[in-house]
Amino acid sequence: MSSLTDLTLRAALDGLSSGAFSSEELTRAHIEAVEAARPLNAFILETPDKALDMARASDARRAAGEAGALEGAPLGIKDLFCTNGVTTTAGSRILGGFTPTYESTVTSQLWRDGAVMLGKLNLDEFAMGSSNETSAYGPVVSPWRRTGDPSPLTPGGSSGGSAAAVAAGLCLGATATDTGGSIRQPAAFTGTVGIKPTYGRCSRWGVVAFASSLDQAGPIARTVEDAALLLQSMSGHDPKDSTSLDVEVPDFAAFVGRSVKGLRIGVPKEYRVDGMPAEIEALWEQGIAWLREAGCEIVEVSLPHTRYALPAYYIVAPAEASSNLARYDGMRYGLRADAASLTDTYEKSRAEGFGEEVKRRILIGTYVLSAGYYDAYYLRALKVRRRIADDFTEAFGKVDALLTPTAPSAAFALGENANDPVAMYLNDIFTVTVNLAGLPGMSVPAGLDARGLPLGLQLIGRPLDEGLLFSLGGAIEKAAGFSAKPARWW
Amino acid sequence: MAIDAATVRKVARLARIAEPEARIEPLARELTGIMDWIEQLAEVDIEGVEPMTSAVSQPAPLRDDVVTEGGDPERILANAPRRTGDFFVVPKVVE
Repeated sequence: MSSLTDLTLRAALDGLSSGAFSSEELTRAHIEAVEAARPLNAFILETPDKALDMARASDARRAAGEAGALEGAPLGIKDLFCTNGVTTTAGSRILGGFTPTYESTVTSQLWRDGAVMLGKLNLDEFAMGSSNETSAYGPVVSPWRRTGDPSPLTPGGSSGGSAAAVAAGLCLGATATDTGGSIRQPAAFTGTVGIKPTYGRCSRWGVVAFASSLDQAGPIARTVEDAALLLQSMSGHDPKDSTSLDVEVPDFAAFVGRSVKGLRIGVPKEYRVDGMPAEIEALWEQGIAWLREAGCEIVEVSLPHTRYALPAYYIVAPAEASSNLARYDGMRYGLRADAASLTDTYEKSRAEGFGEEVKRRILIGTYVLSAGYYDAYYLRALKVRRRIADDFTEAFGKVDALLTPTAPSAAFALGENANDPVAMYLNDIFTVTVNLAGLPGMSVPAGLDARGLPLGLQLIGRPLDEGLLFSLGGAIEKAAGFSAKPARWW
Repeated sequence: MAIDAATVRKVARLARIAEPEARIEPLARELTGIMDWIEQLAEVDIEGVEPMTSAVSQPAPLRDDVVTEGGDPERILANAPRRTGDFFVVPKVVE
């Protein structure tokens, strides 16, 4: 049955529809793949019994002629999405056995459309990290290895479990979230497609909050079309999230394969950063050539405040996180460490429950919001954020979309950047601007580096212009003909 | 901007995180490293720029002031570290 786990989501849906196999068969094949792939540590929680129940219910719905858009497709869920009756950890000890009594809007829509849950995927603690190494449940190991070198590599982060599971054929697609690059960077590191939609496209209700003005859910998938199918189901207005946009969700998959002839594509000159590996530079040039051959006009644009995006992000995101994570006080749910007084109980619970990176960010956030520093740091960062967003508005007066590399390098080894927070933060240099401006951004696999590791290209669009990204992503996917898969070692 | 040990202790207290004494000096170095890197924001001309507080330009939506969901203490208390009846049990606050 191993071939069932090699299918794209589209092909699997076609096979289910034609009766070539049942959801139960498809789900069973994936459960076996998940169990065989435990060395990857991609799942925090496997839910095989629930998956089989959901698969049988799906087969029954299909037999009754009530098949939804994702009917019978087994998916992985990043363990940041609350799932009714299924433990949700956010990769942290502080949630200690928390079992939601409600379902996140995004996952409820996937189930509404017939999808099947295989389990909860590993992630950096509270989605704070770029390598999955901050997870309280241990790092995810990428299914990819450098040619002739068995060193364990990172799948990227924070959606490392999602990216690794999709790349290794453990699920047909996965949910993910992106606050500074957490969908796109892991997608680039694992040869998968990831899209962070426009801020407000997907409801944040029931998604454990990191930085509320930046967090967005999105899918990681094997193809551009699969990503479109998943995003379609995940999107839509939700009155329970006041920042959710009340706009129509177009048929995203219909954009895949459309001509991109005549589109103007911007190449931001500030993204040619010092020390960028020649291979990333060459890949970018290749992407430019592909889109030119597809009939696009390439235009150099300027986003002058690009270099200030990461430092601004490392004020805005920790500030929001310090506020959001104040809720973990050990009183109503999660870990409680007993101590003599109420304050000591708070302090001890939080000291035991949070990992080092989360603590660092809470402290930075508390510091920049504290009396005397608010104007100098937080308010200044919000103004720089406006400058960054204005740069994009100006560029989109001249071009329809932007093309950049997704990440400044291929996947690195676990442990390689772990001791230098700022070096780790630089992973998000090309992705974080999009979060600050609230724009849609997609990573598409475009090639392998000399050591056999995937590299991704990023497309950035105007607000709510995901459709165009699917057309452009489809054009790059077709030109790149990326079909490499990690050689199975697990 | 250098963050000293006293500042780390103060901020950790504000954040309600008990940092062990052995972590104070390392944290002071780590946070100073991060803040030094962030310092480059001082170069940006922000004269007359409105702070961007949201990525959504729409006004906050309003709804009718009515109860939509509730009356379900079992769901609310399902994850309580400690409970008695329909109440959360917390450490004593008033002497």
